[in-house]
Amino acid sequence: MSNNKHDRRNFLKIVGAGGIATTVALYTPFAIGGASKKVIIIGGGMGGATAAKYIKMMDSSVDVTLIETNRDYFTCFTSNEVLSGHRKMSQIKFGYAGLEKHGIKVVIDTVSAIDAKGKTVKTKTGKSFAYDRCVVSPGVDFKYDSVEGYNSEVAYSKIPHAWKAGPQTVMLRQQLVSMKDGGTVIIAPPVNPFRCPPGPYERASQIAYYLKKNKPKSKVLILDAKQRFSKFGLFTNGWKKHYGYGTENSIIEWVASDQGGLVERVDVKNMTLHGEFDKHKGDVINIIPAQTAGGIALATGLTDSSGWCPVQGNTFESTIHKNIHVIGDAAIASPMPKSGYAANSEAKVCAAAIVALLSGDKIPEPSYVNTCYSVIAPGDGVSVAMVYKYQNGKIVKVKGSGGLTPIEFNPKLREREVEYGYTWFNNITNDAFG
Amino acid sequence: MKRKVILKYVVIAGALILIGQQTTLATPTAKMLAYTCAGCHGTNGASNGPAIPSLAGLSKPYLVESMESYKDGSRVSTIMDRIAKGYSKKEFELMGDFFAKQKVHKISKQKFNKASAKAGKKLHNKYCKKCHESGGTNPEDDAGQLLGNARLYLEYTFEDLTDKSRSMDKKMTKKMKKMLKKDPKASVKLIDYYSKGEK
Ligand SMILES: Cc1cc2nc3c(=O)[nH]c(=O)nc-3n(C[C@H](O)[C@H](O)[C@H](O)COP(=O)(O)OP(=O)(O)OC[C@H]3O[C@@H](n4cnc5c(N)ncnc54)[C@H](O)[C@@H]3O)c2cc1C
Repeated sequence: MSNNKHDRRNFLKIVGAGGIATTVALYTPFAIGGASKKVIIIGGGMGGATAAKYIKMMDSSVDVTLIETNRDYFTCFTSNEVLSGHRKMSQIKFGYAGLEKHGIKVVIDTVSAIDAKGKTVKTKTGKSFAYDRCVVSPGVDFKYDSVEGYNSEVAYSKIPHAWKAGPQTVMLRQQLVSMKDGGTVIIAPPVNPFRCPPGPYERASQIAYYLKKNKPKSKVLILDAKQRFSKFGLFTNGWKKHYGYGTENSIIEWVASDQGGLVERVDVKNMTLHGEFDKHKGDVINIIPAQTAGGIALATGLTDSSGWCPVQGNTFESTIHKNIHVIGDAAIASPMPKSGYAANSEAKVCAAAIVALLSGDKIPEPSYVNTCYSVIAPGDGVSVAMVYKYQNGKIVKVKGSGGLTPIEFNPKLREREVEYGYTWFNNITNDAFG
Repeated sequence: MKRKVILKYVVIAGALILIGQQTTLATPTAKMLAYTCAGCHGTNGASNGPAIPSLAGLSKPYLVESMESYKDGSRVSTIMDRIAKGYSKKEFELMGDFFAKQKVHKISKQKFNKASAKAGKKLHNKYCKKCHESGGTNPEDDAGQLLGNARLYLEYTFEDLTDKSRSMDKKMTKKMKKMLKKDPKASVKLIDYYSKGEK
């Protein structure tokens, strides 16, 4: 309905102004040469860093400032391999010197408020920045109350979520290392939508691999808030192959939401999770709470009732506040998932639109891609991929494209997928931070 | 539903072409399409490996042909078949235009055996050079990049050509057969030469 209205509005604009308006309607209204081109980017993660770099690549005359809380960025992707000991934290750490070389101003500070009307951004240290266009890529925040008894303090001291890579990743790794053989690791994934749909199951795989090698009497118990999950067939088949899934001695056990998987409460002192029917004691517990867009998006009123930010799919401009664009996990870009690749791809579409909008050019026709690799065990990589386009005001999957790694096990190709995943990591991090 | 509404206005205004532009798909620019590849293949198609090949400086006909053969399944792949199905031939051509304009990217500091690379250079000059000029970095010869491309990609390519999951034309089949008959370890030597990245 709103779409119809939109078409109608555009239509009337076009008809109302007659022949000349044909071009005007397709172009932005202010085609002024030499106009101010100030862009503020909030969040130097996968989305924000990529947007900053690509705006500069496409138009070096744009004044780009990136504001990011932390001096170092740790990628979430491949952080599960830190848990298994395959990677070190130093290998997932990136800085902002590369972006500065492209002429981007990097400010290490936290944005505390965005004034959408006044087009200014305020930071914790009291600085103020004016913008013509603002890009918000703050990632996710957590709904701790999705599990009673859980909170940020517990997450940083005893029961990590490790769903932002950093100190909690290190803590979870240390807990796994010091756990006794025969212990139980519990992972409690959240409801949809959340950052990286295959992530919890890749995490279970990586931890299972570590346990199989080092503490073979131990187990990973997944207490899920869902009935199914991403790459379900590929993961469960892989678990059968590598970890005895479905047998009595399986290293991994998965409990669906309605089978008692849904965790309602955590007893931190006794390291126990309470569900509808049962309680489960864990030696190591990893609660991944339900999520929303990052706090600054909520505070600015960029979110709708879902807790995520509605945007125009071809520009990523907020449908709530003009001149503010939201990309990455915080944005509602479905059918694209909340992934690093998607954030990178969205950032480029957004960057191209901003460059066009600032110069009064036509908004370019978008094209988007997502690819997510998961390593189930050494030599067994799987992926999901999709190509997207923009049609009738929406992001849609290109029919016939994408999909999953074939289910039958082809050792040659599965091994390659592991290596492709590693190259992807090298190239996408360089694409954003290099 | 939506279409009906739009059509009604179209009839009233008689601005068929104009509305058509808004509802049917325009083709994205070469840049827009090529930028989506960078997540895996590196910025502007310059891959730092170890497994995914570079696209920068690739010959346009080679890129288009590769994408078409991924799309129809005639070239073995893990993921490129799934990706290629998302684009038209025209879009492959646009990507080809973009990448052909980029400078060839050679990965420095890849592992290689010195003596083997030296032998590989000789083999290349004897068997491959005619079609893969400048160590396989001349886009004019409408073939893929060899020198300085990702080492694992080179290994995979030889593996696929040997187990016949990737086909070769008659001329190359003949030369390859001759070469491997004379020197069963020729592939490794060539891979070392190409991985070294220098002529
Ligand atoms: C375990 C795990 C595995 C994953 N694996 C993959 C994978 O294999 N492939 C894949 O594609 N994706 C993967 N992901 C998902 C990927 O990490 C995210 O989708 C991606 O990081 C989203 O990018 P973003 O820019 O939206 O957010 P982020 O990358 O989180 O960046 C947000 C940045 O904004 C900053 N910030 C927030 N608020 C403010 C503020 N007010 N002021 C200043 N700065 C602020 C933060 O400090 C942060 O640096 C994985 C995620 C997890 C948790």
